[in-house]
Amino acid sequence: MSVRHALLALLSEGPKYGLQLQKEFESSTGEIWPLNIGQVYTTLQRLERDGLVESDETESEGPQKGFRITDAGAEELSSWLNTPPNMTSPPRDELVIKVLSALRVPGVSVHDVIQVHRRYLVELMQQWTRLKEDESEFDLSFALVVDAELFRLDAVVRWLDTADGRLKRAATDPVTAPSGPHFARRLVVRR
Amino acid sequence: MSFLELRRVSKSYGAGPTEVHAITDVDLTVERGSLVAVMGPSGSGKSTLLTIAGSLEEPTSGEVLIEGVSLQAMSRNDKARLRRRTIGYVFQDFNLLAGLTAVENVTLPLELDGLSAKKARAVGMNALEELGLGDRATHFPDELSGGERQRVAIARAVVGERHLLLADEPSGALDSTNGEAVMRLVLTACKRGVAAVVVTHDAQLASWADRVVFLRDGRVVDQTTPPPSPESFLEESSPSSPLR
Repeated sequence: MSVRHALLALLSEGPKYGLQLQKEFESSTGEIWPLNIGQVYTTLQRLERDGLVESDETESEGPQKGFRITDAGAEELSSWLNTPPNMTSPPRDELVIKVLSALRVPGVSVHDVIQVHRRYLVELMQQWTRLKEDESEFDLSFALVVDAELFRLDAVVRWLDTADGRLKRAATDPVTAPSGPHFARRLVVRR
Repeated sequence: MSFLELRRVSKSYGAGPTEVHAITDVDLTVERGSLVAVMGPSGSGKSTLLTIAGSLEEPTSGEVLIEGVSLQAMSRNDKARLRRRTIGYVFQDFNLLAGLTAVENVTLPLELDGLSAKKARAVGMNALEELGLGDRATHFPDELSGGERQRVAIARAVVGERHLLLADEPSGALDSTNGEAVMRLVLTACKRGVAAVVVTHDAQLASWADRVVFLRDGRVVDQTTPPPSPESFLEESSPSSPLR
C-alpha cells in the first residue's frame, strides 16, 4: 500500500497541513493503519522533490506548513487509482507450501494439517466479525477495511476446503493423485 | 443447563453393505443466548445434525435433550408441540408457503398452536416490523426479493416464544450484504435469549458465531476457542495487518 498515493488522494480535496494529513489518513483507514508524523513529512518531502505536491514557501518548517497537490500530482494519482496492483505473481504462499509439504511427510495427515489452519483462520474471522457487530460504532472506512480482511481470509478458507475435497477424492482415485515429483516439476516450470 | 444437547448422536441410513453413516457420535451443547455454527463441506452431515436436533428425524443412537428433557421420552404429540412452540427453522430455500402473505406465513405456527387469528396477526406484524418488513406484510412471497423472503422466514422462526433457532445455510443464494443482514437478525434473536445453531459451509457466515464446530465425514473434528475481546484483538493485529 502506497502512503504516497494515499496522501495525494487526501490533498486532492484541497490544501492541508502535515498533522491534518496524518489524522485524516488514520481515520480514512478506519484507524487500523497507524502512521507516524515523521513518515508523513518524509513522504511529503519526496512528493515535493518529485514535483507532485508544493508547499507554502513563505511559511516556516513545522506543523503549520501547508501542502497542495500539483497538476503532475493529480495526474500521478489518477494513473495510480486506475492501475491494477500486480497480482500475477506465482503462488508461493507459505500456507500452500505447508499443505504441499504435508503430503510428503510420512505419518502426517494432510487433512489434520488443513484443519489446524482452517480453525485458526475462522477464529481470526470471528474476531474481525465481532468488530463489525456493533453497527452504530461502525464508520464506512472501517467497514471497508474489515470486509477486505474478511474476504481475504475467506478466500484462504475456501482454498483449504477445496484442497481438502480434492485430496479426499484423489485418495480414492489414484489417477488424479498428486504424484509428488511430477506435480512439483510442473510448479517449478511455471515459475 | 444447556438449552440443546446432543449426546453421542449417530444416524445411519440403509443397512449392510449399503449402510451410510451420516453422522457418528456427535456431541454438541448450545446455551441460551449463544450462536453455534456447524461448518463442513457438502455431505459432511450438517443437515442431518440439524434435522435431528430439531426432532424432525430420529437418531439411530444417542440422545437429544431440549431444556434437559430427552426427545426420546416424549410422545409424538409432545414433540409436535415442541416444534410448534419452541423450535424455529430456517431453510436455504426459505420454505415460505406461496399462497399465504408474508404476515400469514409468520403467524401460521401461532395459529396452529391455538392463538386467535387477531392476536397472532398482532404478534406477526410486530415481528415483521422489527425486521423492517412492516410495509411488505401483505405481499405474497413471489412479490418479495430474496433478502425479504429470508427475513420473513426468520421472523417466522423466532415469532412468539421460540427459544431454539435452527438454520440450514440461511443465506442461501443471497449476496454477502444480505447474508450479513440475516446473521445480524439471528444474533439479535440470540441477544433475546434464543439458542441458535446455524449450519453452513460459508466461513463468513460461521464467523458470526460464538463458537464454530467443524464437521468432517459426520464427525465433530474440531471447534474454535472463544475469541478475545475485540479491542485486544485490534491492538494485536494492527502491526501485522497486511493493509499496513
